[in-house]
Amino acid sequence: MSGIPHDHYEPKTGAEKWLHRRLPIVSLLYDTLMIPTPRNLNWWWIWGIVLAFCLVLQIVTGIVLAMHYTPHVDMAFASVEHIMRNVNGGHMLRYLHANGGSLFFLAVYIHIFRGLYYGSYKAPREITWIIGMLIYLCMMGTAFMGYVLPWGQMSFWGATVITGLFGAIPFIGDALQTWLLGGPAVDNATLNRFFSLHYLLPFVIAALVVVHIWAFHTTGNNNPTGVEVRRASKAEAEKDTLPFWPYFVIKDLFAMVVILVVFFAIVGFMPNYLGHPDNYIEANPLVTPPHIVPEWYFLPFYAILRAFTSDVWVVMAASWITGGIINAKFFGVLAMFGSIVVMALVPWLDTSSVRSGRYRPMFKWWFWLMVVDFVVLMWCGAQPAEPPYSTISLIGSAYWFAYFLVILPVLGVIEKPEAQPETIEDDFKAHYGKAETPAE
Amino acid sequence: MLKKLAITAVAALTLSGAAALAAGGEDHIKDVAFSFEGPFGTYDRNQLQRGLQVYTEVCSSCHGLKYVPLRTLGDEGGPQLPEDQVRAYAENYEVFDAELDDYRASLPTDHFPGSGDPNAPDLSLMAKARAGFHGPYGTGINQLFKGIGGPEYIVSILTGYTDEDKDEAGTLFYENTAFPGGWIAMAAPLYGDDVEYADGTEATIEQEAEDVAAFLMWAAEPKMMDRKQAGLTGVILLTVLAVLLYLTNKRIWAPIKGRKTTT
Repeated sequence: MSGIPHDHYEPKTGAEKWLHRRLPIVSLLYDTLMIPTPRNLNWWWIWGIVLAFCLVLQIVTGIVLAMHYTPHVDMAFASVEHIMRNVNGGHMLRYLHANGGSLFFLAVYIHIFRGLYYGSYKAPREITWIIGMLIYLCMMGTAFMGYVLPWGQMSFWGATVITGLFGAIPFIGDALQTWLLGGPAVDNATLNRFFSLHYLLPFVIAALVVVHIWAFHTTGNNNPTGVEVRRASKAEAEKDTLPFWPYFVIKDLFAMVVILVVFFAIVGFMPNYLGHPDNYIEANPLVTPPHIVPEWYFLPFYAILRAFTSDVWVVMAASWITGGIINAKFFGVLAMFGSIVVMALVPWLDTSSVRSGRYRPMFKWWFWLMVVDFVVLMWCGAQPAEPPYSTISLIGSAYWFAYFLVILPVLGVIEKPEAQPETIEDDFKAHYGKAETPAE
Repeated sequence: MLKKLAITAVAALTLSGAAALAAGGEDHIKDVAFSFEGPFGTYDRNQLQRGLQVYTEVCSSCHGLKYVPLRTLGDEGGPQLPEDQVRAYAENYEVFDAELDDYRASLPTDHFPGSGDPNAPDLSLMAKARAGFHGPYGTGINQLFKGIGGPEYIVSILTGYTDEDKDEAGTLFYENTAFPGGWIAMAAPLYGDDVEYADGTEATIEQEAEDVAAFLMWAAEPKMMDRKQAGLTGVILLTVLAVLLYLTNKRIWAPIKGRKTTT
């Protein structure tokens, strides 16, 4: 692999040389594990390992759950109860899987916001960012379809509402929705294909994760200063970096285990806290739940979806310009998908030459306001679509788009960044002096 | 297409109905200190047995527990009836046997029967399918500290009748302070002294309601004690591992970091 100069694997024994000439797999593993990593990475950089763990956890628990689950509208709900009552350890598997999804999204949101703050998306890491956004989209699809499988009331009505979004697309919407559902409404055909895809997509995610890691192993990690590792020589690079093993593996594992303590406490002591009681009622197409709410991790985007009602002036303008083709419902759908598209395009929307938010005095404020905005939208998504929540949702949605489309492009021009350290070594030494050369 | 229209129409009706209902108070859920709350809480075997009695003598005339296998009445952590009692209890029910092409007395390997009355919901998961106060302001803080509140909801419904009723299009509704909207189709099932407890506990309406709510919580979550045990084991082992990793990490980094120069 190109990138930061470092030691490579040298086969020594005859057997090693024999294997290396035929398949350099040990070399690949060595280079992956020993990759030079900026020595100043802070604790926000530990979530990647948590995410890798989540993917493995979900695949392992999911495969075992699939051995006992029946994807049929008459049997799905009962088969989940069978898992909960009769399968050895089945209740733990299911609660681990259900709450594992929540941990996965918590981790991915922190990981994404870390990238947004420290400018990890900026050149030359655009591909890493885009692949990451694709992973996130696949995660949303997987989680959504997985939530349908227990065939509870929220499963069914959530599926009905979300697949209904495709029906909002002009001209082809109805046909598209029917094609996606495999019929006129959410039914057995839908449940079966969701089960099939829920099993497939995690492996797509796994493949994308490999590409994601490959991409940032090519460019090297970003770091809290945003200053690049010096790569003129190996000796110089080693002043800025440490090998991933053991320094960062142990650090990341420590952080991950602390997070898992909390995770196990939730699974063991309050596994249904993040769920919805209505999903313990079997799906009934004739009874709609009073409030249809998605899982917590979809709430910010659900709020954006619902924010653009027909009395909002941009919606009215869009409707007037397009001759009614874009109505409020379709506008909401566009806004929801658009909110993720603008985030995916952030490498080209952010015009600042400074990578890390640490040295951008104005950016910091707008960034943290965006984090607050995200939480407020999440809260709004769980509330009924009525004033004052609809107004707050609209303001929150507007800020989301303004952040990516206006604030980031403009800040790069008007902001005066603070001085950055020359090297990563300088930044590290500002915090920690070598024992033999103590700083004063 | 027709089906879709029908669903939409019903959905719209129920939605508007539910919105109207939601306008009524939903906050009259009592807080009950159940023995199974908290990380170390366990089911009270005697209470579960009393609750089983209330369920059998009162609730089961209309409601069912179709997901609960009768044999689990003998499981550790549950009502834990002796084997012969489980067998004798099972024989109270009849089940259709496809091989005999006839009804026969239930065996412990069968499930409880489903609801006899089609309007009475199955109670297997009721204690997890209902919730208490979620707020304040939709933050879920109350549930974080006091539990989701399913059993509390059941107690509040059973003790929330006001003796008022009204006739609506030929259906009688009963006023209930805990039910969303205030009017429930189920007549008051408990009045106090509805059962005679074998252990001599006084069968007040509150006592009966709490006992049956605890029993229904067990019916909905029979593996709760196993789960808490697994969670506790996980937390302890992972905490030990975290300490070991912390020390390892500190040691590995010590020569790199040297003396800390700033805070």
